[in-house]
Amino acid sequence: MSVSISREVARRVFASEFNIATHTFKESDDERAPNYILLPTGIHANRVFIVGTLTQLDNIGNDSEWWHGRISDPTGIFHIYSGQYQPNSTSVLRKLDPPAYVAVTGKPNIYSRDDEGLSISIRPESVTEVDSLTRDRWVAETAIQTLERISSFKENPTQYVEDAKKHYGEDPTIHHDTALLALESLMEPL
Amino acid sequence: MVINMIDLRKKAEELHDRHSDTFQIEVDEIESQLRTLVEGYSVPLEEAIRSVVNRNAPEYKSSTTATDKSNSQIKIGDINSSGQWIDLQIKIVDLWDPTSDSIDQVGLAGDETGTIKFTKWSKSNLPTLEANGNYLLKNVVTDEWGGRFSIKLNRTTIIEPLDQDIEIGDGSTSIEGALVDIQSGSGLIKRCTVDSCTRVLQNGACAEHGEVDGKYDLRLKGVIDDGINVFEVILNEQTTEFLTGINLSDAEAMATEAVDTGVVLTKMRNMLLGKYYKIQGSKFSRYLIANEAQLLSDPIDTDSILIQARSI
Repeated sequence: MSVSISREVARRVFASEFNIATHTFKESDDERAPNYILLPTGIHANRVFIVGTLTQLDNIGNDSEWWHGRISDPTGIFHIYSGQYQPNSTSVLRKLDPPAYVAVTGKPNIYSRDDEGLSISIRPESVTEVDSLTRDRWVAETAIQTLERISSFKENPTQYVEDAKKHYGEDPTIHHDTALLALESLMEPL
Repeated sequence: MVINMIDLRKKAEELHDRHSDTFQIEVDEIESQLRTLVEGYSVPLEEAIRSVVNRNAPEYKSSTTATDKSNSQIKIGDINSSGQWIDLQIKIVDLWDPTSDSIDQVGLAGDETGTIKFTKWSKSNLPTLEANGNYLLKNVVTDEWGGRFSIKLNRTTIIEPLDQDIEIGDGSTSIEGALVDIQSGSGLIKRCTVDSCTRVLQNGACAEHGEVDGKYDLRLKGVIDDGINVFEVILNEQTTEFLTGINLSDAEAMATEAVDTGVVLTKMRNMLLGKYYKIQGSKFSRYLIANEAQLLSDPIDTDSILIQARSI
């Protein structure tokens, strides 16, 4: 076993797929082992990288800052929450005015709502303002990587795929269609 | 030369593995024989190994050359640990002046995957390697210092000239992805100026030389992530300035005004993170040392991406 802890890759995933992820797991009993969410297209994620339009930003904290941001991509809305323990992203959010294109690297966070349901959000490690070209590049990259995950979902099912079928259903067609629609949205005239 | 216990244990294990078909003794016994020679009789390690091999493997006895037993033949770019016994097909790229009488020849050897330093000891009595010569080197051992690998030719090494002309690769790699993190120790940093140390100071102190004044430098240690793989990259002063438009004196002025070098890092993080870059450079330990870095700012070709998408 290697002793060095390798950095977790930041998955590319659209909001429509990310938001229905509810299953979390660890790959070892070690307390410090990374937490993963299982994505419906059959891959595990400890970190995500998203780019979209910040459409709403509120400081919902009482005593200390606690920022909630809504970030829109062609398929839905990501929610991010950032407070005093995310000083880098909080200091950026404090100065941002929606609408703005933003890139977010962060950790998926699943929590129970008051009505007992589960919600998923992103706890950012970094937030930066970017331009529309970066957004387009991310949409294209995320569409391609989503389609590739679906392709191996069907042709080369891993244990993650088997688990995804159990938790989210056997048919990933909706994510396939959404990815293509997201790509086509880039071609619409402004 | 100080040889610690771990080295002897490692050598004993290597010897045991290499001679498993002829040695009748176990690792512990090999280690004990080595220790007697090295610690009891102050025999150099290389000679101690030779002695142990001779004593325990009869077929080596009268032979001064090594074995036909084949090592894995690998490429320079595949070398990833020290103490590996390997065969390499290389071209002599450069010969340097030996810095000591114990070194017969030292220089740079290369293959398609990159170049590596080699050392040939005087006491090994090996034939001379010619500049630009192509050779098969059998039975050389890898070594590592400061994250950089080298190879040592030794008494058991066989040098065979080759007819072919080996093409030398520069070991350079090109990657594309989003910059998802810039690590501490980036931005405006100070380096130790004692001798040619250049270590990065932590809180004004060098790990080797203690508290020193140091000299300012700019660099970035970042993480490029393409959604599938992560790459740790290091950008030097020139590349950092090229990407940020901030040169060393700008950075010093910013730090002076804020009375904090951290403002430079914060500014660079906000400028660079979350965007896509193409980085070209060479692998060094786990890092990619950038020669060139470029923001991917052209609009994407949606038509060709749609064609690609529909074919998946």
